[in-house]
Amino acid sequence: MDYLIHILIVALIYAIFAISLNLELGYTGLYNFGHVAFFGIGAYSSALLSLGGLPVSLTMVIGMVFAGIAGGLLAIPALRLSGDYFGIATLAFGEMVRLFFLNERWLTKGPMGLPGIPRPSWIGQGIAGLPMFLLLCALLTLIVFLMVRRLTTAPFGRALKVVREDEYVAQALGKNVLSLKIRAVTVGSVLAGLAGALWAHYITYISPSDFTLNETILVLLCVVLGGRGTNWGPILGAVVIIFFQESLRFLPIPPDLGRFVAPLQGIVYGGTLVFLMLKRPEGLLPEYKA
Amino acid sequence: MAVKEVSFELGNAGITGLVGPNGSGKTTLFHLITGFYQLDRGSVYFRDQLISGLAPHRISQMGLVRTFQQTRVLPFMSVLETLMSASPNQVGERLSSIFLRPRAVSQAEKENMERAKEILEFLRLTTLADQLASRLSFGQQKLLELGRVLMSRPQMILLDEPTAGINPTLIRQLVELLITLSDQGIRIFLVEHNMPLVAEVCQEILVMDSGSLIFTGAPSEARQNARVIEAYLGSTDHAA
Repeated sequence: MDYLIHILIVALIYAIFAISLNLELGYTGLYNFGHVAFFGIGAYSSALLSLGGLPVSLTMVIGMVFAGIAGGLLAIPALRLSGDYFGIATLAFGEMVRLFFLNERWLTKGPMGLPGIPRPSWIGQGIAGLPMFLLLCALLTLIVFLMVRRLTTAPFGRALKVVREDEYVAQALGKNVLSLKIRAVTVGSVLAGLAGALWAHYITYISPSDFTLNETILVLLCVVLGGRGTNWGPILGAVVIIFFQESLRFLPIPPDLGRFVAPLQGIVYGGTLVFLMLKRPEGLLPEYKA
Repeated sequence: MAVKEVSFELGNAGITGLVGPNGSGKTTLFHLITGFYQLDRGSVYFRDQLISGLAPHRISQMGLVRTFQQTRVLPFMSVLETLMSASPNQVGERLSSIFLRPRAVSQAEKENMERAKEILEFLRLTTLADQLASRLSFGQQKLLELGRVLMSRPQMILLDEPTAGINPTLIRQLVELLITLSDQGIRIFLVEHNMPLVAEVCQEILVMDSGSLIFTGAPSEARQNARVIEAYLGSTDHAA
């Protein structure tokens, strides 16, 4: 039972993470390959501040703000690049942030990571706190879902889609393309920061190796598999992927072979992503009926 | 294609045509006027305001709106959605309004929807409102592009080859639409290769060749102008 709750919590955290990426990828057409950076900034900011004694509810909000500021600051120069170059710039940013976590030991303790990150005080520590943490995650996922749905069904979301479909047309229709993209990335980063902060306070230990390109690929897969540009897609994608990932634990793999089989997971994810892009780019829940 | 030493003024009303052989710089001129290309020298004024140097979206917001030579529909948006997205200065495009002024947003959306439906009726596209733009025929896409421009409440529209590749029936419909719009006070400036059509709807035409303006005047005069004939048919020696 506790294990099931654990999987659900992880799935919900990834759902928030995926919703945040979907706003950029699905609605605005921005291939952000460094999205994990904002997840990481949210996680580290909230973790460090709460270890410093601030209440967790406050540090999570600060984590979101920091992630949002970082997102906006990255977006302003990076969004002047078009298409693939934006992807490359964000990829580099993701690595820069990870290397920052790794090397700025005075702040982040480097590769040792940060142990003993507290959970919110009204949620019990350890296993006893699991049901309450699930409740918190469910509530936050619901709020994020409703908020993003409101944004994407409003004229704002429609304008993002115009940008996604054709930037020149957007400009010809008087849309400030750069401003729309910056706002999409900033909101996306704030929500990724929330997911990261939840992650840190749930797992209670973070290290730079939690915030690699693999996490970006995983969340990208959640969005693409579920259905980009839809409100339910990222949630479905996150639940499917996380349950699939956890189910692998029960495969009867002989211990000797473990070190050969483990890297297969990355290959499977990468392969699935390529397959989806080629054969079913609209995912499980298509944005429009064929 | 470079454009040089081009100077002209469009009056307050009517339809003006921009013609010239392929590669004479017509589309480049449109890009320069609408801010998609930057001028090296010179300036562009719209309603007595200097607009050269402004970003394309700023120029569009001032009421000078264009279409593109290659049809550019928004493939994965419906016809109605496309039109609604084109409405200018929408209150619901501001993040704060979406959450703080939901009433104003939904009220604006209601008006926006009504206007989009009026334009659909004007263009005779009402039955296609929920279709994806990419599913329309080429001619319908051209109409949708015109509708998109109209939604943005333009004072002047720049149309780049609006009748290229569409059938004669639709061309007639388009001509009527353009005349109606012109009568409503919208200034129209269009690039067009269909000379009979230009002669029919335009009060004035500009002729370009090799990046320069070689003629300004009534369409009937252009046909007798030696430089215009030369530009279209090559040097007069060969034409004879």
